[in-house]
Amino acid sequence: MEKEYLLSVQDLHTSFFTDSGEVHAVNGVSFNLDPGEILGIVGESGSGKSVTAYSIMQILESTGKVVGGKILYKGDDLTKWSSKKLDKFRGKCVSIIFQDPMTSLNPVFTIGNQIEEAIKLHTDKKGKEASDRAAELLSLVGITDPEKRLRQYPYELSGGMRQRVMIAMALACEPDILIADEPTTALDVTIQAQILELIQELQKKIGMAVILVTHDLGVIAELCDNIIVMYGGRICERGTAREIFYNPKHEYTKGLLKSIPNVNNMKEKLIPIAGTPINILNLPKGCAFCARCENCMKICLDQVPVELSINENHKASCWMNVKEVFEAEGGKK
Amino acid sequence: MSKSPLIEVKNLKQYFPIKTGLFKTEMLKAVDDVSFYINEGETLGLVGESGCGKTTVGRTLLRLYEPTAGEVLYEGTPVTDKNIFSMRKKMQMVFQDPYSSLDPRMTVEDIIGEPLDVHKLYSGKGERRDKILHLMELVGLNAEHATRYAHEFSGGQRQRIGIARALAVDPKFIVCDEPVSALDVSIQAQVINMFEELQEKLGVAYLFIAHDLLVVHHISKRIAVMYMGKIVETGTADDVNYNSIHPYTCSLMSAVPIPDPDFIRGRQRIVLEGDVPSPLHMPSGCPFRTRCKHACEKCAEAMPPLTDRGNGHMVACWVK
Repeated sequence: MEKEYLLSVQDLHTSFFTDSGEVHAVNGVSFNLDPGEILGIVGESGSGKSVTAYSIMQILESTGKVVGGKILYKGDDLTKWSSKKLDKFRGKCVSIIFQDPMTSLNPVFTIGNQIEEAIKLHTDKKGKEASDRAAELLSLVGITDPEKRLRQYPYELSGGMRQRVMIAMALACEPDILIADEPTTALDVTIQAQILELIQELQKKIGMAVILVTHDLGVIAELCDNIIVMYGGRICERGTAREIFYNPKHEYTKGLLKSIPNVNNMKEKLIPIAGTPINILNLPKGCAFCARCENCMKICLDQVPVELSINENHKASCWMNVKEVFEAEGGKK
Repeated sequence: MSKSPLIEVKNLKQYFPIKTGLFKTEMLKAVDDVSFYINEGETLGLVGESGCGKTTVGRTLLRLYEPTAGEVLYEGTPVTDKNIFSMRKKMQMVFQDPYSSLDPRMTVEDIIGEPLDVHKLYSGKGERRDKILHLMELVGLNAEHATRYAHEFSGGQRQRIGIARALAVDPKFIVCDEPVSALDVSIQAQVINMFEELQEKLGVAYLFIAHDLLVVHHISKRIAVMYMGKIVETGTADDVNYNSIHPYTCSLMSAVPIPDPDFIRGRQRIVLEGDVPSPLHMPSGCPFRTRCKHACEKCAEAMPPLTDRGNGHMVACWVK
């Protein structure tokens, strides 16, 4: 029998049906997640990283739909579940924290109200028990004076504090998986450090798996065991953090790493990736990155590259890595 | 120094009145006694967390706000209400959001041409057009884009339009307020490189305001760190980054996410407790003392002055 993963996404296709036609936001994404693993999904806007996360939670906008593939949670395909079953799944098995803590809390309910809602929905705790649990969660995420905070409204808290409340809500039922969609993008560096530290600590304490979706390679480098790099709705490279950062094998990843300031290139000129980010309304036939790739070959324009194992911890989808193709094209390296 | 710096800011203060009750108004000290200078063709990076007053410094410098107190000198001449019109030919600004800072009803040609019109910098239609095309070429835009509208461009290209507009009057100094933070990672490098190239070509000086410390370190010669309206540390980019002295700078630097797994995982992070205090209720003395591990009695009494720690590395701290 095949190994049963905590979460297994298989050939996921998600599309949005808009006035200008079907937009293929995610085109065949597959990955597995083990319990306790921290997986980073990195990519720029339009890469499909957030849509992948929302597909797992089944919280796509009304125009969006999973049009192909499976999402197996402990072996069970959740794309086929009824909405009632999904209600039990969200929050209890998988929860999500969003980028903007300012808009993801309801301004007319107290913090306590909003945390208790999740507790009451998924456990049989009621009244005092539920509010005790809420207070316990707030102290778990490092908020002092939790009893007072429970009675406060979101506007009374700072950005970092609100993100902590979001995390407390997400952890209310000790989910197996926490999806963090750009959890620190809206926060300042010192507050970001606090939140990242918190996620790391909780992950160790509770042993949940974390999917961290971000565009910030620094955050990814710090936290993640494994990394998926996405571009144009496809995975272009995946591997352990060290493999991705020190041995990148996809032209996009290579370009990305050269284009950001780092500790060891402060005095050098940055090498930007040419061109503009991909327009997913108009995906190319072949490799999504071909229009911006320096080493683009003929085959790249026509055929989507196959995923090739570089070593046991590293896979990349770039024709440059396929030796026969590379030589047949007379490529230069 | 014999020659005066291009821009000199002396004891700049910017207070905003905030209504806190029916009859009560309190002063929000957004910028409180800030002084610095920028030499010709140099980049000063201004960093700090949101709400620390870095944007207000940039805006007050160009008199988008009337300063409460203090002076801004351009080549030794004070910038005042009276001469600000002609001063804006020498000092310009690039804004953070390339989506809201360009008028959607104007073509690129008109956006870039507007400063030329305002300051009457051409003698005929032909010259205006030539100047606009030259500016577009300078920032890497195609001539055929001139008749298009801003919405037809991507974020990076819009930022190029904004830069061309700032360059139209041939300024010696540009305030860049978070010019790359709204852009995708893969586009940021293009724009950063363009800023650097334009500086080499035109000798323009920048005040580069940003919260991304790696970007600021890369582009700046010197850096000033702000906390709650005050400059707490300033010096060469390398000194501020590698030999930071002020406890706030130290924690800021240790919190920067660096895209290098081995480096970042071996690093000791100094995580600050708590949040930034409300600017309406500033702590007495040093504003950082409420979050500072080293705070002592003296810190509550008075704000420490900036003192030179060698090589122009100025730090405002009683303890360190």
